Amino acid sequence: MIGLDSLGTVWSEMFNFSDYGQLLPLLKNSIIACVVLGIVGGLIGVFVMMRDMAFAVHGVSELSFAGAAASLLFGASVVTGALLGSLTAALLIGVLGARARDRNSVTAVLMPFGLGLGILCLGLYHGRAANKFGLLTGQIVAIDDPQIKSLIVISAVVAVGLVVIWRPLLFASTDADVAAARGVPVGVMSIVFMILLGLAVAVSVQIVGALLVLSLLVTPAAAALRVSASPVWVPLLSTAFAVVASVGGILLAAGSSVPISPYITSISFAIYLGCRLLPVRRPARLTPVDVR
Amino acid sequence: MSVVLRLERAALGFGARALWEGLDLEVNGGELIAVLGANGSGKSSLLKVVLGQVRLWSGSATFLGTPVRRGDRRIGYIPQQRLAEDGVPLRGRDLVALGVDGHRWCVPIPSRVRRQRVNQLLSSVGAEAYASTPLSSLSGGEQQRLRIAQALAADPRLLLCDEPLLSLDLPHQRLVSDLVDNARRRLDLGVLFVTHDINPILDKVDRVLYIANHRFRIGTPDEVLTTDVLSDLFDAPVEVIRHNGRILVAGVPDHDPYHHAEQAMVR
Repeated sequence: MIGLDSLGTVWSEMFNFSDYGQLLPLLKNSIIACVVLGIVGGLIGVFVMMRDMAFAVHGVSELSFAGAAASLLFGASVVTGALLGSLTAALLIGVLGARARDRNSVTAVLMPFGLGLGILCLGLYHGRAANKFGLLTGQIVAIDDPQIKSLIVISAVVAVGLVVIWRPLLFASTDADVAAARGVPVGVMSIVFMILLGLAVAVSVQIVGALLVLSLLVTPAAAALRVSASPVWVPLLSTAFAVVASVGGILLAAGSSVPISPYITSISFAIYLGCRLLPVRRPARLTPVDVR
Repeated sequence: MSVVLRLERAALGFGARALWEGLDLEVNGGELIAVLGANGSGKSSLLKVVLGQVRLWSGSATFLGTPVRRGDRRIGYIPQQRLAEDGVPLRGRDLVALGVDGHRWCVPIPSRVRRQRVNQLLSSVGAEAYASTPLSSLSGGEQQRLRIAQALAADPRLLLCDEPLLSLDLPHQRLVSDLVDNARRRLDLGVLFVTHDINPILDKVDRVLYIANHRFRIGTPDEVLTTDVLSDLFDAPVEVIRHNGRILVAGVPDHDPYHHAEQAMVR
């Protein structure tokens, strides 16, 4: 029965809800952070999918990791480092990779460089080991008051920015040529979008970790797009999915000794799976009427 | 008849090479002009000039009396058919709505006026049936219909069509060109229709602008699409065959050294 015993131990390490009532108040900051991150990730994810930039998101998050690791090493603010790293990467990818093919190669070149740089900085860093691991796989439980303030401010900038450029960005992401003909500043749109994406990634890296950013910035939007094609429902569903995954993740992880990110990624993945398996009823289509 | 678009002594080129020079062209309201020519002869670039996205080398281009500028909403633009991929959260009516107010800031606020306008545009191209169908599950012809509705959304005076029939089957080529034709008669639109095959629109064309070899000819299809005129234009023996109301052009020299330069510039 050794197998069963160890299984039981693993289970209680993964899910432990004793003293849950006392635990919850301590998680207030983390829960707020998760809600905010869910909203931002769900919204920006819609455009990440439309612009086919999932891979670029991963690249940006590795450079964000490098920036955060460097600030850890030099004793600077991790938030600032993560921001500098992700904004640099986002702008580089945005400027050098206007076309999808270029974008993929620019991303593929930047990503290992960023990851390597980050590992170098962590190798030289002799502080808390938990900090190191946290940058890659998430450290939400360790969020303190000044950090949560900066996370909320950055997230608010992203959310407000997205709402303001929503329509022209949607137009430019659907059909850049026609949007340009209609006077939408397509080039400016894509740079502004990259800046907002860089900000969103910098926030996510600190919560779910560089390796798992996609689970909040891509998976929820991809799931929403499986079940709807409405420009109203897709962002709403995507946001709801991301919030459920991130908040659900922290509630499940609360009593365990495991990092929070596997819970978030699992819920996020389960939602996606559910949306894929769901038999979607596309709106009934009438017989096209011939105009002649 | 009112002149919508006027090009005077217009010249365009890339690098040191001219695409065309000395182009004088007036497009009147309600007039449909087909723009023909080899790949890379500067047909699409002509549209980019009118859209204010590419500047003329010399000469002038004026739309409704003022120099062309970027983002003039009284110009409708219908590009090549390109299937929307999966992962676009838009239905038929949403694509048309982008034509109504897609250039404005912020999240759109639903209103009765907006919905009615979109419905009216959808019915003007007979696309009510797939108003709520996701864009990615529509055929190329259906998407082109929606694009026409989208282009008509801003009450344009001029319609620029850049190979809108490309990769459509014959019935849809017919249908899309009929829709463009209806719209220009109904709304008194000038139309520049870039195409590599004139046959689907032959019965609707008022004049033809044929560009080749850095030169061009303008006139009715009967004036321009003849063996003599095209042979002179291409500087090679080109034969124009008319058969059952269709026009076949044989022997067009198939080289275009400027094609790539143009693509690089326009993209």
